[in-house]
Amino acid sequence: MQPFTQLEAVVAPLDRANVDTDAIIPKQFLKSIRRTGFGVFLFDEWRYLDQGQPDMDVSGRPLNPEFVLNRPAYKNARILLTQDNFGCGSSREHAPWALLDFGFRVILGKGFADIFYNNCFKNGILPIALPGPVIDGLFQQVNRAPGMTLKVDLPTQTITTPQGEVIPFDVEPFRKDCLIKGLDDIGLTLEKLADIQAYEARRRKQAPWLFVEG
Amino acid sequence: MSAKTLYDKIWDAHVVRADGDVTLLYIDRHLVHEVTSPQAFEGLRIAHRAPHRPAAAFAVPDHNVPTTQRAAGIADPVSRLQVETLDDNCAQFGITEFRMDDPRQGVVHVMAPEQGIVQPGMTVVCGDSHTATHGALGSLAFGIGTSEVEHVLATQCLIQKKSRNMSITVDGTLGPGVGAKDVVLAIIGRIGTAGGTGYVIEFAGSAIMDLSMEGRMTVCNMAIEAGARAGMIAVDSKTIDYVEGRPFAPKGELWDQAAAYWRTLHSDPDAHFDETLHIAAESILPQVTWGTSPEMVTDITGRVPDPDAETDPVRQASMRTALAYMGLKPGTPMREIPVERVFIGSCTNGRIEDLRAAAVVAQGRRVARGVSAMVVPGSGLVKAQAEAEGLDRIFLEAGFEWRDPGCSMCLAMNADQLAPRERCAATSNRNFEGRQGKDGRTHLVSPAMAAAAAVTGHFTDVRELI
Ligand code: SF4
Repeated sequence: MQPFTQLEAVVAPLDRANVDTDAIIPKQFLKSIRRTGFGVFLFDEWRYLDQGQPDMDVSGRPLNPEFVLNRPAYKNARILLTQDNFGCGSSREHAPWALLDFGFRVILGKGFADIFYNNCFKNGILPIALPGPVIDGLFQQVNRAPGMTLKVDLPTQTITTPQGEVIPFDVEPFRKDCLIKGLDDIGLTLEKLADIQAYEARRRKQAPWLFVEG
Repeated sequence: MSAKTLYDKIWDAHVVRADGDVTLLYIDRHLVHEVTSPQAFEGLRIAHRAPHRPAAAFAVPDHNVPTTQRAAGIADPVSRLQVETLDDNCAQFGITEFRMDDPRQGVVHVMAPEQGIVQPGMTVVCGDSHTATHGALGSLAFGIGTSEVEHVLATQCLIQKKSRNMSITVDGTLGPGVGAKDVVLAIIGRIGTAGGTGYVIEFAGSAIMDLSMEGRMTVCNMAIEAGARAGMIAVDSKTIDYVEGRPFAPKGELWDQAAAYWRTLHSDPDAHFDETLHIAAESILPQVTWGTSPEMVTDITGRVPDPDAETDPVRQASMRTALAYMGLKPGTPMREIPVERVFIGSCTNGRIEDLRAAAVVAQGRRVARGVSAMVVPGSGLVKAQAEAEGLDRIFLEAGFEWRDPGCSMCLAMNADQLAPRERCAATSNRNFEGRQGKDGRTHLVSPAMAAAAAVTGHFTDVRELI
């Protein structure tokens, strides 16, 4: 996983609540057996006017000029500003893969769906939940100054606006540590293999039926 | 020992190790399907890791499988490759798989309880959000992402933070024509799609315990649509009777030992819940969604709401977007909305009881002109059971299509899709934009309500037809 410490980048406003993972990456792209290549299909049904198909060449596709990511100001956006309950619905990790592949490393919102929130951390994306009024304020600022940047600093857990306003945010210490170091969860858990085996031995005595699989 | 909720009990029994807020939780059963697993198996291969306990995993292809002419195989090469990749991975890593041509194949959340693979008190995961379904058996079951699929394969554990406890009690007696789907849609309408975020919901109360196991699965299935990590229901004799005798259920002495433990799987009377909600069963009428989120729901006697009456600006904007997408005008009575397609199936409502409920309405009637309706059983065994009961005849005579099992038009990853602007009464769980096909319009309903819409050509109060 790519580590994350600091990022100063353009923030793109996606002013919709309950953005679901079907919208982030529609199902036809889930047929891929790879982890990459989803960025060009991110928000496919909103971004393009035609119907997207896996493996198609996107260069000639008609863009929806209304969609925020198609506006020139947000071409290099790497921070996504959203409303509440972003990432609800299906557990597809293709959603964070697509966001990452597009270039997003930080997502700001009033709240996130649980599985999506977890999936972000596994892929080097930092989702930050902020109080409603703070998010509303950011939407107002971005709408006044399209293309504005924010500075996100994970070690100090702060976001700094161009005016120098500092917004603190919460993140669980374990997730923060993994993200800063780019740690592989599986490697960490395998270091605890002795604990896992001890649990299995104990459990096999207490509840032997759990270990009969056929 | 202090009082515990059902969730607390199962959680505590699975803690391998706790470091502060971070718990290493042991996973008893890992269900696998073709869409969310290929990258996980690939990850294992790249890191030269072997599955820790392959016998605890069970796989089935369901999302991409065709629902007609299955013997001819999958026409779409991309879908076919994904299913073949699952076959190869299971063969290579020694994982039990119910392949596409296996009579037990079906939607993973229908197949696993049916086989007795999921049992009370277990921790169950799957790279699929509707894993919540299995909480109906008194297990702790939740959906995970592909990285976590890989993590469970490699370690049989997950790194977890405990959720909070919520209790939703539905007491009383459901009226005729009102079922589990109406109960859960009404709950989501009440608490919203983010209402359960951060919680595990235990559904309780006499109306819940009166539901069949199939009905309980329908309710838990949609706990994720309320944003919850999982939904659960206490174990009672119905649960134990359901599991008994299933192919993968414990036998003999182990059965007695297991069943004795399962009887302890309920919340203690004075257990603490962080949040509680009570609903009177009598207040629930047949539900229909009108928007593009499951919380955008009303009952069949209602009307499409007016965004102008909404004071919250974000909600108002969502309503406007939803109504534009759905092609609906505020104030339209729900029963005047015509449908063109009807889909009966999915892991929410593709079980035998669902097909029976739809068949009661379909019997002796005809699918209305201009409507195309299909029934997709949740598994091969559901299909066989329905055929043994003659339900297929009822559907076919009424003009419904009778398909092979799979996810089908629930998410339209196979050939079963809505055309743009086609309006569908669906018994599945999500009415998101594009879920059933680009620009398709989905209304979520119960199987009985779906059948009622099929035979009348518009949403209809099923209570008038039974
Ligand atoms: S039936 Fe629908 S919700 Fe259920 S597993 Fe299949 S695609 Fe997912």
